[in-house]
Amino acid sequence: MGADAAIGQIKDAKKRYAAGVLKYAQMGYWDGDYQPKDTDILALFRVTPQDGVDPIEAAAAVAGESSTATWTVVWTDRLTAADMYRAKAYKVEPVPGQPGQYFCWVAYELDLFEEGSIANLTASIIGNVFSFKPLKACRLEDMRLPVAYVKTFRGPPTGIVVERERLDKFGRPLLGATTKPKLGLSGKNYGRVVYEGLKGGLDFVKDDENINSQPFMHWRDRFLYCMEAVNKAQAETGEVKGHYLNITAGTMEEMYRRAEFAKELGSVVVMVDLIVGWTAIQSISNWCRENDVLLHMHRAGHGTYTRQKGHGISFRVIAKWLRLAGVDHLHTGTAVGKLEGDPMTVQGYYNVCRETVTKTDYTRGIFFDQDWAGLRKVMPVASGGIHAGQMHQLIDLFGEDVVLQFGGGTIGHPDGIQAGAIANRVALETMILARNEGRDIKNEGPEILIEAAKWCQPLRAALDTWGEVTFNYASTDTSDFVPTASVA
Amino acid sequence: MRITQGTFSFLPDLTAAQVKAQIQYALDQNWAVSVEYTDDPHPRNTYWEMWGLPMFDLRDAAGVYGEVEACRAAHPGLYVRVNAFDSTRGWETIRLSFIVQRPAKEDGFRLDRTEGPGRTQRYALQNRAYAAG
Repeated sequence: MGADAAIGQIKDAKKRYAAGVLKYAQMGYWDGDYQPKDTDILALFRVTPQDGVDPIEAAAAVAGESSTATWTVVWTDRLTAADMYRAKAYKVEPVPGQPGQYFCWVAYELDLFEEGSIANLTASIIGNVFSFKPLKACRLEDMRLPVAYVKTFRGPPTGIVVERERLDKFGRPLLGATTKPKLGLSGKNYGRVVYEGLKGGLDFVKDDENINSQPFMHWRDRFLYCMEAVNKAQAETGEVKGHYLNITAGTMEEMYRRAEFAKELGSVVVMVDLIVGWTAIQSISNWCRENDVLLHMHRAGHGTYTRQKGHGISFRVIAKWLRLAGVDHLHTGTAVGKLEGDPMTVQGYYNVCRETVTKTDYTRGIFFDQDWAGLRKVMPVASGGIHAGQMHQLIDLFGEDVVLQFGGGTIGHPDGIQAGAIANRVALETMILARNEGRDIKNEGPEILIEAAKWCQPLRAALDTWGEVTFNYASTDTSDFVPTASVA
Repeated sequence: MRITQGTFSFLPDLTAAQVKAQIQYALDQNWAVSVEYTDDPHPRNTYWEMWGLPMFDLRDAAGVYGEVEACRAAHPGLYVRVNAFDSTRGWETIRLSFIVQRPAKEDGFRLDRTEGPGRTQRYALQNRAYAAG
């Protein structure tokens, strides 16, 4: 869709700055000929203009409201290098198969943003355009962060490579579980679940997002019992183990207090929830870097704005911001489990977390090449309604640099938590061995698991209990470039 | 007890054919294979003894496996592991590491505790054999 000359920028400065209201495109927020610079921050929005609103004007409005504009002409623009500071919408295309929706590409000058601040970036890019009346709906689909900007962030404090070296675990996905029930266990009983899981063969056990410091279990109690469990399991197995101690709290002061105590007890990892906010995340990331502690990020709350593709923010953008802000683990979906996630779209999130350069890949929702400029890699976490019988699918979809978390799929095992952990670990190692031997695990996976279950009773029991369980629902957040199919 | 370090410790001990297949996989990825051994498998004992240098230029699985066998023969009763190293940018680390020999009877670890304030404990793992002197 080319530029409409009639609504292009008014070049005559006297007319351009006459008091009154102009269209955003006339004010200069649309430039169909603009060639983005390597140093520009680029954003792709999906907009649904109100009836009668021209898509180019809608795109210009998004560019304007997320950079320098207000609703009317102001003479004070002329005190600035306004032509440079104005964001420029430079391309608009209809979304395939979605009448009334348009993809809009917008370029932002690097100087608009403070270095090393996700809070500042988001205040601009998602500050107020999502409430803008001329749009029925708006979604931030993807961003390109220029290397010059990426280098102002410290990124993951540990990253995949150093995490593996620190844990001495290579060549296979890490294995975890979330303690269940999520709420209500006393510290002593909670630690029992942790010990059984780790001794059985898990690498990590996890606090859930809403375990903080409640009447049934205060945080210090939880930390003490969990670290007893971790250390006992290390002695029993000779392996490094961890428990994600959730330090999410009402204030930064309290989060630091909990983090310090976790460190004092020798925990290799702490955890925060996404809902603590960007500034808190960057601060605790700095703390983790200074103290050699892994930072696990639970994406609590993201579904409120990531799931519906008409309005909100794609999780791939959240993943990019979190890699800049600096987390080591990030929940990125399972595709096969109980929570929303189209397989190709989810693979796109994994690529954002793990690749050195993320290449444009429309089928996985990646609209830009993204050079991560040496920023460390984030370990994705697959968690939520997965079980040993899906091991071949999980490894086929996500490879080996991932934490696979089987919560119910460990703790709900008919022969106990240790048996559940053994079943998952045997399934995992069996599948990696087979993949490395060149077997086609995607298709032969079920028989590979059955072969192993012949000598591993806990795996046999797991397959008997959950082998047929699938969550085969249509995904809501899919790429609009390819026909999508659910797995399994 | 059975120490469960390494990629395949929950599986029955790998056969020669299985070890060779994993070595072949590593070579196919352009990784350099190395062999290491130790009598102290403490999880924080990072530096096992090197059985020669990583075999950067040996691209033949049978040849690499010959080194595994030579190390086992020279150090019966010790732990032996095979590592595969990836030198590409952004990795520059081990990508696969698995135990290919362990003592018939593994000593395991004792967990020592020192009481600290506020019910805190200082934990230390001790190799049982070493601890016995």
